[in-house]
Amino acid sequence: MAGAGQGSPVAPLLRLDGLGCQRDERWLFRDLTLDLNPGELLQLEGPNGSGKSTLLRVLLGLYPDFTGTLSVAECLYLGHRPGVSAVLTAAENLRWYAALQGVPADVAGALERVGMAGYENVVCQHMSAGQQRRIALARLALGGAPLWLLDEPLTALDTAGQDLVRALVAEHLAAGGAVVCATHQPLGIATARRMVLGAGARAVPAGAEP
Amino acid sequence: MSRPPLPPPSQTGPVGVAGLFAAQLGREWVASLRTLAETLNPLVFLFLAVTLFALGVGGDAEALANQAGAILWVLVLLATLLTLEALFRRDYDDGTLEQLVLLGKPAFVPILAKLAVQWALSGLAMTVLAPAVGMLLFLPAEVLGLTMLTLLAGSPALTLLGAVAAALTVGLRRGGVLLALLALPLFVPTLIFGAGAISLAMAGVDVTGQLYWLLAISVLALTVAPFAVIAALRISLE
Amino acid sequence: MTLKELWHRLGSPRWFYQISGRLRLVLGLTALVLLVTGTVWGIAFAPPDYQQGNSFRIIYVHVPSALVAQSAYLLMGAAGVVLLVWRMKLADMVLAATVPFGMSMTALALFTGAAWGKPTWGAWWVWDARTTSMLVLLFLYMALYALRQAIPRPETAGRACAVLAVVGVINIPIIKYSVDWWLTLHQPATFRLTAAPAMPPEMWLPLLVNALGVYCFFGANLVGRLRLEILERERGTAWVRERLAGGQL
Repeated sequence: MAGAGQGSPVAPLLRLDGLGCQRDERWLFRDLTLDLNPGELLQLEGPNGSGKSTLLRVLLGLYPDFTGTLSVAECLYLGHRPGVSAVLTAAENLRWYAALQGVPADVAGALERVGMAGYENVVCQHMSAGQQRRIALARLALGGAPLWLLDEPLTALDTAGQDLVRALVAEHLAAGGAVVCATHQPLGIATARRMVLGAGARAVPAGAEP
Repeated sequence: MSRPPLPPPSQTGPVGVAGLFAAQLGREWVASLRTLAETLNPLVFLFLAVTLFALGVGGDAEALANQAGAILWVLVLLATLLTLEALFRRDYDDGTLEQLVLLGKPAFVPILAKLAVQWALSGLAMTVLAPAVGMLLFLPAEVLGLTMLTLLAGSPALTLLGAVAAALTVGLRRGGVLLALLALPLFVPTLIFGAGAISLAMAGVDVTGQLYWLLAISVLALTVAPFAVIAALRISLE
Repeated sequence: MTLKELWHRLGSPRWFYQISGRLRLVLGLTALVLLVTGTVWGIAFAPPDYQQGNSFRIIYVHVPSALVAQSAYLLMGAAGVVLLVWRMKLADMVLAATVPFGMSMTALALFTGAAWGKPTWGAWWVWDARTTSMLVLLFLYMALYALRQAIPRPETAGRACAVLAVVGVINIPIIKYSVDWWLTLHQPATFRLTAAPAMPPEMWLPLLVNALGVYCFFGANLVGRLRLEILERERGTAWVRERLAGGQL
């Protein structure tokens, strides 16, 4: 496993220090301290309502009511809502993302990577939920940010689609990126670090798993 | 383990601020055209409401002409309100709005582009249609040009201030009536100067001052509203 | 205590709760004394107006309520800026606590204005500059009230209201100016801070007393509501539980 941060020459892509978040007088999570280095995957686990999505939104800066400090590298977020406009074509969606992310718009390459080659000019409302999800994954394939924050990325995907997510994540890790993934189903990547959030309980990072 | 180098984090990338603006502009334009009926509905509403007014008054040309400026401006306000309801709704539902707020660097560039398209399809479109509406209301031909000028100068303020209210209510399930309650009081000065200028001009008074006021309100809204919109969107996305 | 420490303490609900009990008492008693004095003086002892007779005496309610309603909105704008920039919890509570008070004072000003308008202008409602401004102000208050109720999470609702209050405060001078420009058939303002008032002192002194009284009432009301808000929002914390257990609220 890559070093625990302190002695390592690489700067962590994500650093939490005593992070906590309260909702309705109960702690969703508290005292989370963690460094996530390039090449590392953090798997967030826990039952419904344990705060996985909230933690991701705190990391994104979309949820300002938290305690502690955090520093986050530039990141891409894949949430519950796919982030794909139904009235635009796959290519139009991806070109817009490329402009927002400031990366070259290699639309054909990204679509091919997610098995959607040939769908460039199909308006997304004519696609199935799983296909729209693949378009959402294609914007990860566009690249542009070292840290990925994924919220249940396996939702609505068939087996081949789930393999695709795994492959994309593994590739990103190998390229020196880092991934935080909230999930019910483990991604099946052996080097994953796990953090279990429990309802109301004080969650302690599980640290590096063998 | 040997690692292929990660692509460098995007500084300004190949697009830059102007490219970002253009990309958003194009996206909004295409999306609006692809939902053309939805885009045109508020304009149809404008004509429908004018018709109802004429029917209510009994088609009396003099009564309509006397109040033409006021009727026109009030209906433009209401039609703008209808366009605002849809401004962020679709993007909120499909998740592209949160991506825009998260990825836009800086976020007010794409927001401004979005508002520009919104204005072109509401305020500007209604300015262009004003002669037709004015004709239905027997607006004297000599103030037609001025009527268009008041709309051109005043309608950006409506879109910009209304966008703040739309951004605050986009996350709410029944935001429609609330949007009206939030936005309409903010429209009061624009309505007063817009409708006032037309009726003063019909009495033969010079209204350059009122036009400047409309422009000033729009410019003030342009400097304040985009930041308020972004703050409001972030709040709605919490 | 340095300025920074003071700033931090101001943001602490607990500290505010501890010092505010006595403050509320003082403000409340002062308000009572001033309002009773001003009202009795105005109604029983001030001379009648040479044109309007006794009906003018409603200004002893009308003007103070209108003044405090406008000040309350300005206060909310300031609280909104503080909340958005420094995320100070107390500012959100000020916002939440001011809306019902400001809204009722605006309604009172409109109601007394109508009651005054009937004998003076012969109509309950006249679209003159200041009544119209007050009506728009009432709508601005109602918008804040409705927005807070529509958003379930209190922290989110607070920030949304802050944005709306700030935008509203920027708009108020423009609304006032535009309304003034369009509809000016009202008599000039009763109070001018710069020029000497046209009324004789025995007429405007009770008005001044009542105005001060209603500001003190606002202060007492605000502090009292803040204390309730603090208890409600901090009910899970140790210090509130201790006070509850000790019965010393």
